[in-house]
Amino acid sequence: MTLIVNEPLKVALGRESLNDGWPEAAVPEPAPRLTELAGWGHYPVVQGYERRSEDLESLTRDAVLTRGLGRSYGDSSLPPPGRHVVAGSPLADRLLAFDPAAGIVRVEAGFALMNLNRLFYSRGWFTPVTPGTHYVTVGGMVAADVHGKNHHVAGCFGEHVRCLRMRVADGRIIECSDRHERELFRATLGGMGLTGHLLEVEFQMERIASPWIWQESEQVRDFESALEALQAAGKEWPYTVLWSDLLAGGAKLGRGLLMKSRWAQPHEAPAAPPRWHRAPALPVFLPSWLLQPWMVAIGSALNYWKHGARRRAGIVHPETCFYPLDVVREWNRLYGRRGFTQYQAVLPGPHSHPRQRRFIETLRARGGKVFLCVIKDCGPEGKGMLSFPKPGISYALDIPIDGDTQALVDALNDVVAAEGGRVYLAKDAFTRAEHFRAMEPRLDAWNTVRRAWDPGGRLKSAQSIRLLGDRA
Amino acid sequence: MRAVLLGATKGMGRALARLMAERGDALYLLGRDRDDLARSAADLEIRGAAGTVGFTHCDLLDPATFAPALDAAVAALGGLDAVVVSAALFAAQETLERDGALRDRMLAANFANTIAFCELARERLLAAGGAARLCVFSSVAGDRARKPVLLYGATKAGLTYYLTGLDHKFAAQGLRPILVKPGFVKTGMVADLQPPPFAGEPEPVARAVLRAIDRGTPVVYAPGVWRWIMLVIRMLPRAVMRRIAF
Repeated sequence: MTLIVNEPLKVALGRESLNDGWPEAAVPEPAPRLTELAGWGHYPVVQGYERRSEDLESLTRDAVLTRGLGRSYGDSSLPPPGRHVVAGSPLADRLLAFDPAAGIVRVEAGFALMNLNRLFYSRGWFTPVTPGTHYVTVGGMVAADVHGKNHHVAGCFGEHVRCLRMRVADGRIIECSDRHERELFRATLGGMGLTGHLLEVEFQMERIASPWIWQESEQVRDFESALEALQAAGKEWPYTVLWSDLLAGGAKLGRGLLMKSRWAQPHEAPAAPPRWHRAPALPVFLPSWLLQPWMVAIGSALNYWKHGARRRAGIVHPETCFYPLDVVREWNRLYGRRGFTQYQAVLPGPHSHPRQRRFIETLRARGGKVFLCVIKDCGPEGKGMLSFPKPGISYALDIPIDGDTQALVDALNDVVAAEGGRVYLAKDAFTRAEHFRAMEPRLDAWNTVRRAWDPGGRLKSAQSIRLLGDRA
Repeated sequence: MRAVLLGATKGMGRALARLMAERGDALYLLGRDRDDLARSAADLEIRGAAGTVGFTHCDLLDPATFAPALDAAVAALGGLDAVVVSAALFAAQETLERDGALRDRMLAANFANTIAFCELARERLLAAGGAARLCVFSSVAGDRARKPVLLYGATKAGLTYYLTGLDHKFAAQGLRPILVKPGFVKTGMVADLQPPPFAGEPEPVARAVLRAIDRGTPVVYAPGVWRWIMLVIRMLPRAVMRRIAF
């Protein structure tokens, strides 16, 4: 599926005059402003310095980390304690090259997926892999090595990345790929930005038959039949995902809706391209006590019953299929200032193994208030040395934060570690270093590459301090 | 539309250039850093700008570069319909008070040199006989002197005065100056400042500006609410302006 080519796309420029930026060269840089920084879960919240500019190259010179749109849920994109500056990439958002015949595109790392989609749907190209939100930067997609509803056939985003341009810890700017500095390349896919600052990303896009999606959905009655249906759907459909109601009790636990999609054929699709709108934002944080489990339980039941027992099929807008939550910007404010965490773990297959049920029962026994559960079967591990997915079943659980959250995550991690699973760093805010080490036999190999490029430990995040033993 | 843009590699200029590219306008970029210009030209070509997006060196701090750059642009575009100037220097008032050399550079770039550039652009726009849109980014900071943007605002007040007069004098000959007064817009230029209420985003601002360019609207506040904010601020008495911090 991936096309490997020796030469990176030609980018029409020489790079000698790096310091001649304007107006930077004409105006001294002001001191960065201390601001409140948080991930999407709004937990943890830290005071830190984020500096933004169109010129990512100069921005990354003294930064300990680069962050994009802040859609990782926990502390992956947050600076470590102290007076460290993180670079903010979203203003570095130019398309640098596009080969319309081969579908290869090169962008600055701050380029947002939403803009990529909207520019390329109508030209017949789509990102080979998309996470569940389009408010992410391409640099962030590489750093987290994101996966999507097509993981069982397409793997992670990193499988489709041809080369990266990055600033490594000693200040050098390096182009890496499977052919050149391969270890750095593979450690960077899913490396959470800790191997270097991503400056440019070149990747292979996917040809699409039309800019519309054909989607089918059906009710699944309980946990076991849901997993079985998900597994079966993956044999025929490129995009599959399961929404699961974990607030329903007894035999109904794990009932849900199975969604199967593919790009529509031209004769099925409407003649007009999909229209897109700027989504309204939730303007304020709601009070943290407002959203109660019983309300979500009713909402989930309604969602389930509203669908009906009949299978539904039809054309949908691609953004309805891939980004259902993006219809309201800043929806994370629903959870209030106390925030929420998304716990995402993958357990090895098969789907019929009792460990799947054991995981759900642990969650139940701990009274886990799971407001949203999304289940996805994962395909083989990819190139990324520390990427999250492995063959099995992935569970993504949205949990409002309260006094029990740490204990709940600990209990789940006991199961995940014992069963040979692992957690997703881009979501994590609560995992303990011991648990992470127990889940990650790959950590030493990754650390070796990381330290070879950053012997002084210059690059770090709040998460790397918490989980990887970095020094603040 | 055939347009020349000075300052389109960053901020609101970048957003405006993208809208123009996506509807197929022919664009030519002026700026200081060739590497930066080349990257923006590539971005605009991929987004759909007509033909090749050319670019050449033009430094707002060096008026000798203006005429050659504009002539190169007109030659490359084979005509001229619009000139957009969104380049300017910005620094905090305290910084400008401390650093006299920087202050002088800012005063020169934003006022004297921008006007020198506009004079050359005016001649070429009228000679080309096209739509003759001269779109210049001034600022709401030029509407009323305020403590945090005193020096910067002074350059913008001068620019506003000039463009208003340009409209009076040359409208009959077909020139359409578009005076843009952005409020606080979240661009890289002010990334280190705390955004005030009603701060705008570059893209909606660019939409409003492009609409004004197409229609020949002489003055555009963007985001639009700043027209009313500035109306109130303009009416505040001196005694109040002495006391408040903004």
